[in-house]
Amino acid sequence: MSSRPASSQAIILRFIWMTVAAILAAMTLFPLLWMVSIAFKTPAESFSPSLIPTRPTIENFIYVLTGVPFVRYMANSLFVSAAVTVVALFFHSMAGYALARLRFPGREAIFLAIFSTLLVSLPVIIVPLFLVVKALGMLDSYAGLIVPAIFNAFGIFLLRQYYLSLPRELEEAAVIDGAGYWRIYWSVILPLSRPILSALTILFFLANWNSFLWPLTITSSPDLWVVQVGIANFKSQYSASWNYMMAASTIVALPMLILFLIFQRQIMDSIKTSGLK
Amino acid sequence: MTDQVAEMGYAAERRGLSTKHREWLAGYLFVLPDALGLFVFLGVPMVLSLVIGFFEVDGFGSYRFVGLANYARMMKDPLFWSSAKVTALYAIMLVPLLYVFGLGLALLVQKTNRFNAVMRSMFFAPHIVSLVVVALVWQLMAVDKIGVLSRALSALGLTGVSLLGNPSFALVAVVAVSLWFLMGYYMLIFLGGLQDIPAQYYEAAEIDGAGPLQRFWHITLPLLKPTSFFVLMVSMVAAVAGAQAFDIIYVMTKGGPANATSVLILYIYQQAFGFGAFGYAAAMASILVITLMLLTAVLFLLTRGGRFEHE
Repeated sequence: MSSRPASSQAIILRFIWMTVAAILAAMTLFPLLWMVSIAFKTPAESFSPSLIPTRPTIENFIYVLTGVPFVRYMANSLFVSAAVTVVALFFHSMAGYALARLRFPGREAIFLAIFSTLLVSLPVIIVPLFLVVKALGMLDSYAGLIVPAIFNAFGIFLLRQYYLSLPRELEEAAVIDGAGYWRIYWSVILPLSRPILSALTILFFLANWNSFLWPLTITSSPDLWVVQVGIANFKSQYSASWNYMMAASTIVALPMLILFLIFQRQIMDSIKTSGLK
Repeated sequence: MTDQVAEMGYAAERRGLSTKHREWLAGYLFVLPDALGLFVFLGVPMVLSLVIGFFEVDGFGSYRFVGLANYARMMKDPLFWSSAKVTALYAIMLVPLLYVFGLGLALLVQKTNRFNAVMRSMFFAPHIVSLVVVALVWQLMAVDKIGVLSRALSALGLTGVSLLGNPSFALVAVVAVSLWFLMGYYMLIFLGGLQDIPAQYYEAAEIDGAGPLQRFWHITLPLLKPTSFFVLMVSMVAAVAGAQAFDIIYVMTKGGPANATSVLILYIYQQAFGFGAFGYAAAMASILVITLMLLTAVLFLLTRGGRFEHE
């Protein structure tokens, strides 16, 4: 007899719990829905309080894609993000493998040095980094956009952790076969890293697609603008045309949100494990 | 197994000493590209940031030693002090809020089921969007009188509130946007931490008659200590020197109104790339670098050299 009220109480509690979560989640998502909504609205309707446009239009998108060199900005972003991601993962997996598996003098010191850069963020070194890149003659160039963005301790760190957790047996079999270290890395370690590399590919690509401060600092010619710099400048040009700006924002954000929808498990799992345990 | 070990020993013996040196060489070569890159693009700038502060750098890249002049200027610059104050306020507001919202959301969607999986994705979604877009969208929503947020506020009785135009609200607005962008990330970090708490502890506590609050207080919080520590440390660094504050403020308010949202990293950027005062900017940045180094040292000591695994 007594178990029935208790369980119906539990159901009510569970229902309240889920309602709270759903309301908070809807509030969290609202600004993004608002962005998409305005992108489909006519200028006259930009500030109407309804979420659904009364006369949806794709004019804004057409204007953004044809009236300004937005496609060029997108292409720049795509090229820079892809280049950084590929080279970074290649270098980081090599370094991570060596730091986890190979024994050589100074290994701990090198790891500590890398670790010590973990908390250094771009804004604090932006001035000297700019001067270094200038001295290397990479100002206002693709090299300046790409090369400095490749190196970060976070990726090395995660890959090293991953390699420490891999069983040694597989490599040992290759050692017995007389394989050199490069062959072990290339044909044993890299294939084993596929899950973590695919997660990091998404994370790195996202981070570079979304990065703003460095491209803003390093590029001055509009031909080199990445998409984030493009829309930030767009704002100063069309400060009243929110419909255009939201269309541009939607074009920039949507590919990443779709990528996220497809790979949400991998993205969220890899972030979950990146915390201190 | 024994066969394998014996065979390996035999293989190593056959190749003699050179095996060891080959491993050394391989180790160095594998680490070289990243080590070199990190040295040039992180190590050198870190050291330079401490050095350039003693120089005056002009637009043509010539350096003139000026001793402590930049630091003396800093002491007398009211904008430096107000930016330092704004930075501290921003961190003091943002860090506890991130902790509470990160942990709160994690507890809300902790159970693994379909519904919670969807909720998690929704809470994390803002983190996928670039900060430039985030800043633009919120700025649009906060437009005086006609923005959807301003309308919502006047519906609540707060008529005529200018969210981004009033110095007393602007920083709070920036904190709110930062929180919205970052909370999903910290939710995931906390979910990772919660996952590692063995279920038996909760079962045992339940048998002993501990309520949900007691379980939270006596099991969850103490066992979450490493995660909490990580979250506080990382969010502190992000608040003081993270690019997210720069991006949001640069696009939304440019530091205004009346410098109310001018954080140090924005002021440093403006001094360097707006006025060409690289030396002065570097001097101010060096204060931040020292702060970050101290924080890193603390993190390092407390995690016993970055060993993040379980013991």
